[in-house]
Amino acid sequence: MSVLAVLEQSGGQWHRTSWETLAASQQLAAALGQPVEAAVIGTGIHVLAAEASARKLAKVWAIEHDLLDVYTADGYTAALEQLLRKAQPSLVLFPHTYQVRDFAPKLATRFSQVLVSDVIAARSDGGALTLVRQYFQGKLNGDVKVTGDGPVFASLQAGAWRADALENGPTAATVETFVPELSAAQIRQKPEPPFREAARAVDLTQAGIIVSVGRGIKEQANIAVVEDLARALGAELAASRPICDAGWLPMERQVGSSGQTVAPKMYVAVGISGAIQHLVGMKGAKTIVAINKDPNAPIFEVADYGIVGDLFEVVPALAEAARKAKG
Amino acid sequence: MKILVAIKQVPLRDSPLHANAAGKWIDDGGLSFEVNEPDAYALEAGLQLKEQHGGEVVVLCAGPERAGQTIREALAKGADRAIHIAADNLEALDTLGSAKLLAAAAETEKADLILTGLQSDDVGAGQTGVVMAELLGMPHSTIIMHAEVKAGGIRVKRELENGWFQHIEMPLPAVLTIQSGSSKLRYATLMGIKKAKTKEVRRLTPAELGGLPAAVASIEKIYTPRKNKQTQIFEGDAKTAAAQLIEKLKFEARVI
Ligand SMILES: Cc1cc2nc3c(=O)[nH]c(=O)nc-3n(C[C@H](O)[C@H](O)[C@H](O)COP(=O)(O)OP(=O)(O)OC[C@H]3O[C@@H](n4cnc5c(N)ncnc54)[C@H](O)[C@@H]3O)c2cc1C
Repeated sequence: MSVLAVLEQSGGQWHRTSWETLAASQQLAAALGQPVEAAVIGTGIHVLAAEASARKLAKVWAIEHDLLDVYTADGYTAALEQLLRKAQPSLVLFPHTYQVRDFAPKLATRFSQVLVSDVIAARSDGGALTLVRQYFQGKLNGDVKVTGDGPVFASLQAGAWRADALENGPTAATVETFVPELSAAQIRQKPEPPFREAARAVDLTQAGIIVSVGRGIKEQANIAVVEDLARALGAELAASRPICDAGWLPMERQVGSSGQTVAPKMYVAVGISGAIQHLVGMKGAKTIVAINKDPNAPIFEVADYGIVGDLFEVVPALAEAARKAKG
Repeated sequence: MKILVAIKQVPLRDSPLHANAAGKWIDDGGLSFEVNEPDAYALEAGLQLKEQHGGEVVVLCAGPERAGQTIREALAKGADRAIHIAADNLEALDTLGSAKLLAAAAETEKADLILTGLQSDDVGAGQTGVVMAELLGMPHSTIIMHAEVKAGGIRVKRELENGWFQHIEMPLPAVLTIQSGSSKLRYATLMGIKKAKTKEVRRLTPAELGGLPAAVASIEKIYTPRKNKQTQIFEGDAKTAAAQLIEKLKFEARVI
């Protein structure tokens, strides 16, 4: 029995949330009284495996195969299934990345299990594990219990565990190479290289102040209200995804997991609920202001200052007060 | 080609949400419902592929009686017919359980392509399509922005993190989970709404699909999260609140 952390890399680069997952694994393994193991998947990954082995853990599995050079759902699932049957962990943890969303549910199904996805907290009461995840885009939390024979599978929300809590080991852990049996024929997805749509004309990462607008704005014509506040504050205008999807603002102004990640000295979220995919893009801002009519909107969980009210009244008043304050 | 689109009915966005008496799910009495947003985009993708390649779009929905409304709306937008897995207690299922029901119903259709939204607005597990693919032995891909049928399969545009994308090809039949915003949603026409009334809705019960699977993962308790952050909230009329906030931003946070 062990806690296995499945770390994510691509092209020899770690996904930054891999270390959060390993830190969580160390903490949960201690609570469960089990050793921690980690798995790295790819081709020519011994350098990464060696790097992981410096952490406090019992073993690093280097899952090596030419067919694992680029990610495919079929390849990763087959390789990890074989490793899990050999290593027999009680708990398998992943970072909740887009890639993990793509294959981990399939892997869990092979063990008649369910992936508990996007977990924000976990606790062990005498060995019984409770996993906490969000429902209704963060408006409610739920405590989840997993039964069944196979290992428990969970993916962890970015930022829910801190990578700086990671402990290093006294000596390097063993690295064991695991070569799964794979054939090209069993990998049905044929991926092409990643690409970006177009060069970004707007670099939001350089902005000192950002005013960001969400679906609370209701109509494209209303964007002008928020634009005026941005002007009054000397801010760049940004948006949540639905605003860019609707074409009300260009894609390059989208903040969040599929848009830009920003850390300005002030971020003003107007009519944005605060779904995790938005929060990951802006919660590093020094000061966060939220304007929302719903006092329970998840955005207030990260906001330093807030006004609960109708943005169509609040935003013009703010613009006026800002102009006055700046003189 | 035959395209199956799995859709789900969820509470209207911005509904007030409270735990039910058992504390294991929300109290949905008095709420209004709508189609899960990413599922609306899955339906749109299905209808567009049908327009390009001909064939049939079949909507698949598991839910209580009230889900019939969401099914009719999908038919009004242009789906040809529907399958309704009618049951009241589906929230007790985990994703494996609901995917098993949906996959069992899908088996009866032998579709070339199965589409669904990338996640639901209520549970948000983001797994139904992937698990269905595994149960049906089909390849899959997730977070799809665009799909193009090609000789011998399908080529999709998958969204990656931080504004990156990737094309992937795979053989059919396959399962794709569709991202919101991937295209513009159509409205139902008056003609469509009229036609929808006469379109076939095949009803299936969980019993006909092998029974309700027991859950391996279950919600013990659902609750409003406790706030950890101390947020300074300004109240009163908009003008006063705004003036107070700007004062704080200037003299306390020193950001303006
Ligand atoms: C794989 C994936 C990637 C994603 N990537 C991103 C991303 O990069 N960026 C992103 O933003 N989202 C992303 N999303 C979408 C995300 O999950 C949310 O759906 C989205 O962020 C919601 O946008 P919103 O807050 O503007 O809208 P909503 O959630 O609809 O919130 C609107 C808010 O406005 C408030 N409101 C309404 N009217 C008023 C009023 N008159 N006055 C004041 N307040 C009002 C409401 O109370 C509500 O809180 C992604 C989702 C997935 C699944």
